[in-house]
Amino acid sequence: MAATIRLQREDFDAAAEAARLTRGRTDIGAVVTFTGICRDHEGGHGVSALTLEHYPGMAEEEIARHVAEAEQRWPLLGVTVIHRFGRMQPGDNIVLVVTASAHRQAAFEAASFLMDYLKTRAPFWKLEERPSGTDWVAAKEADDDAAARWVKERS
Amino acid sequence: MKLLYFAWVRERIGKSEEVVSPPADVTTVSDLISWLSGRGEEYAYAFENPKVIRAAIDRKHVQAASPIAGASEIAFFPPMTGG
Repeated sequence: MAATIRLQREDFDAAAEAARLTRGRTDIGAVVTFTGICRDHEGGHGVSALTLEHYPGMAEEEIARHVAEAEQRWPLLGVTVIHRFGRMQPGDNIVLVVTASAHRQAAFEAASFLMDYLKTRAPFWKLEERPSGTDWVAAKEADDDAAARWVKERS
Repeated sequence: MKLLYFAWVRERIGKSEEVVSPPADVTTVSDLISWLSGRGEEYAYAFENPKVIRAAIDRKHVQAASPIAGASEIAFFPPMTGG
C-alpha cells in the first residue's frame, strides 16, 4: 500500500484527499479523516497566529516510520498524512490524517495512533503569537500520555 | 560534524546550524551538550536544562547516552509540539 506523506506551506483539501484514497476502489469500507485546525485560544490566552517550524528531511522520515508501523498494526488500505509549516491564523488547517480500511475500527485506531505520534515524535514546533508577545508552545504531558497508551497496548 | 538547532534552542544559540569538531573525549550526546555549553553564554543558556533538550542523530531520535561516533548530522531541539 502506497502511503502519501506531504509537508507543505500551502493549504490542503481534506475532502479531496479522502476521495483520492477511495476513488475506483470497492474494497474500502471505512475512511477516517482527521483535520487539526489553528484555534484562537490556548490555556486562557488569545492566539492570533501560529508559526510551525520543522526539521526538513527528518520530519518526512519520522512520519514515514510511524505510517509504516501503523500499516503493520492495522489492515490499512490507504493512508495520507499532510502537515503544513509556516504561519497560520485561527481557522487555518494545520494537519491532515486520512486512513482507509475495510472496517471502521482499524481506520479510527490508526488515525488516532498517527496523530498521537505526530504530536510527540514528529519534529515540528509551534510559535504562538499572543496579546503579550510571541512564545514557543510547551509540550503537554497529556500528549505524551496519549502516545504512551499505544506502547502499553502492544504487550 | 554538522549541528542543527531548532525552535528556542536555535533562537538562544543565535544560529540554525554550524560545523564543529569536538575533542575525542566527547563520545555521547550528553558529552556534546556539556562541551557545547562551555563554548559561550548563548550555548549555556540554550542547554541550561539538559533534561528538556531532545536530540536526533542523522535524522533519528536518540537518547542523551547515545554514542555520537560516525554521526554526520546531530540536531538539538525542544520537545516537539506538532500536530
